[in-house]
Amino acid sequence: MKAFTNFTGLVAPLDRANVDTDQIIPKQFLKAVVRSGLGRGLFFDWRFTPEGKDNPSFVLNQPAYKGAEILVARVNFGSGSSREHAVWALQDFGFRAVIAPSFADIFFSNCGKNGLLTIILKPAEVDMIFDAIAKRPGYKLSVDLAGQKVSDDEGWSAHFEIAPHAKRVFLEGLDDVALTLEHAAAIDAYERAHPVPYPRA
Amino acid sequence: MEKPGQPALIYIDLHLIHEVTSPQAFEAMRNEGRKVRVPARTFATLDHNIPTVDRDRPIADPDSKLQVEMMKKNCRDFGLELFDLASPDQGIVHVIGPELGLTQPGMTIVCGDSHTATHGAMGALAFGIGTSEVEHVLATQCLWQAKPKTFEIKVNGKLAQGVSAKDMILAIIGRIGTDGATGCAVEYRGSAVAALSMEERMTVCNMSIEAGARAGMVAADQKTIDYLRGRKFVPKGADFEKAAARWLEFKTDDGAKFDRELVLEAKDIAPQVTWGTNPGMVIEVTGKIPDPAAMTNDTARKSAAAALEYMALKPGTRIEDIRIDRVFIGSCTNSRISDLANAANIIKGRKVANSVQAMVVPGSQHVKEEAEKMGLDKIFLEAGFEWRESGCSMCLGMNPDILKPGERCASTSNRNFEGRQGKGGRTHLVGPEMAAAAAIAGHFVDIRNWGNH
Repeated sequence: MKAFTNFTGLVAPLDRANVDTDQIIPKQFLKAVVRSGLGRGLFFDWRFTPEGKDNPSFVLNQPAYKGAEILVARVNFGSGSSREHAVWALQDFGFRAVIAPSFADIFFSNCGKNGLLTIILKPAEVDMIFDAIAKRPGYKLSVDLAGQKVSDDEGWSAHFEIAPHAKRVFLEGLDDVALTLEHAAAIDAYERAHPVPYPRA
Repeated sequence: MEKPGQPALIYIDLHLIHEVTSPQAFEAMRNEGRKVRVPARTFATLDHNIPTVDRDRPIADPDSKLQVEMMKKNCRDFGLELFDLASPDQGIVHVIGPELGLTQPGMTIVCGDSHTATHGAMGALAFGIGTSEVEHVLATQCLWQAKPKTFEIKVNGKLAQGVSAKDMILAIIGRIGTDGATGCAVEYRGSAVAALSMEERMTVCNMSIEAGARAGMVAADQKTIDYLRGRKFVPKGADFEKAAARWLEFKTDDGAKFDRELVLEAKDIAPQVTWGTNPGMVIEVTGKIPDPAAMTNDTARKSAAAALEYMALKPGTRIEDIRIDRVFIGSCTNSRISDLANAANIIKGRKVANSVQAMVVPGSQHVKEEAEKMGLDKIFLEAGFEWRESGCSMCLGMNPDILKPGERCASTSNRNFEGRQGKGGRTHLVGPEMAAAAAIAGHFVDIRNWGNH
């Protein structure tokens, strides 16, 4: 995984609660056997009309949000299916961070494995960001992971929490498997005491 | 191993995989030159994108075919047991785990699928993971996990006649919402839960994720032991009795304090029907479509209005007046033998309404075989249902079984998200008896009055 670096990016507002992973990337894109190129399926049913044309009312089709790197949404973002394709699609489309008042567990965990930063802010802070986007075209936020802070260029900022272990993984771009294999001796010992419980076929 | 503030490294006893969320994990394993650490603890099935007809013919969809072929190759290359389309053990991953006795009390079980909590019905800690974690388990047989909060959901008393386990879990989700149990492992307790059969407990635990919980479980009891005895992958003879004695010890201590608690009375639960685009948007069959304008919470009002627009429903409409086009009986929630038998019991000697297309997709080849022995296939076929081969089918519509835009479906599956069963399709989640009755009547009916129809 690539190490996370601080950045300042355009913010796109997705004013919906309970955005599920079926919406983030519909089933037909789950037939992929590689991680790359899934951005074309991102929010497919919202982005495109039944005839396959761009749906002009969908936020990510609006010129103002072209090139957005931060997505802001309402509560319980990423609910439903465990499909990691949702994370790969968001990243492939260009997003590096998602801000919401809460995230679903599996999506949150999947983001952490891929370096897509999930930032939990208070509902009032998220409201503030939606308001700022509406009032200030081209609204950008700066993300400071080490400092656990998002801020704009008019002096507004908000602190966010992140578990120390997750923060380290993001900042150093650590490979989970390699980290775990440092504990190989402990796993070996556990396995000696706990044999496979299934009879051999 | 666990240090304060750090996730713990936990050992995974059973890893189940399927064709959709595993290819990228194997790709990464190959790229890193890694082997599967304990092949005997991983089992694979084909379920998500396979056709439910013409099994003996090649898969028509090239992408699905590729995924299936890759699953076969990956299992061959890495030495894993695969229940492929020719196997009598093939089926939906969360149906076959318990059915084959792979799922056992006290185990840690993961699968790249959010409905993995199903296995919690056997007193296991089971939860869904993403593909990166699938890779991690393949390579290390372990996972880093933060300890979840504990949530006791207690259902006291006795469910009324005609009220199913599906109604119980839908009522719970309706009460706490789709993020009501985020960050929690739920234990379902109380006399109404204890009274459920093993298959009914699976239905309840299956939908834990629809309330945001990754894990949901019921402590093992004598029913669990009786269910498991004699199954393919459980210990045999004296070893089984020894294991069973140990399994019965896996239960919450008397007087244990949970982080959160919810108590429901079973008698208050009526048959449920979802009206919106997430499983928390649910109401009693005797109810009416709610009015978003009457909702005080801004987010709830906007979500409800968007849901009703998608579902093409008007506030105040009686649930029983909603006409349907399709019926789907199947999915890891409700495709087991008791689900099919209960549905068959409703439709026996009746005909599916002319305007309705209805299908039954058994959860596994063993369920299908048993149903056919019982003659359930004939009951369904004579009523006008289609009788299919096992798989996930129209629960998520990765195979050809999908709704057309605008079609309205009574479905025994677990998600009514926009487009879940097909772009523009409108899903109402119900239990198997309610789905069966809706197929006959052409609209939702209160199953408690079915005898009068």
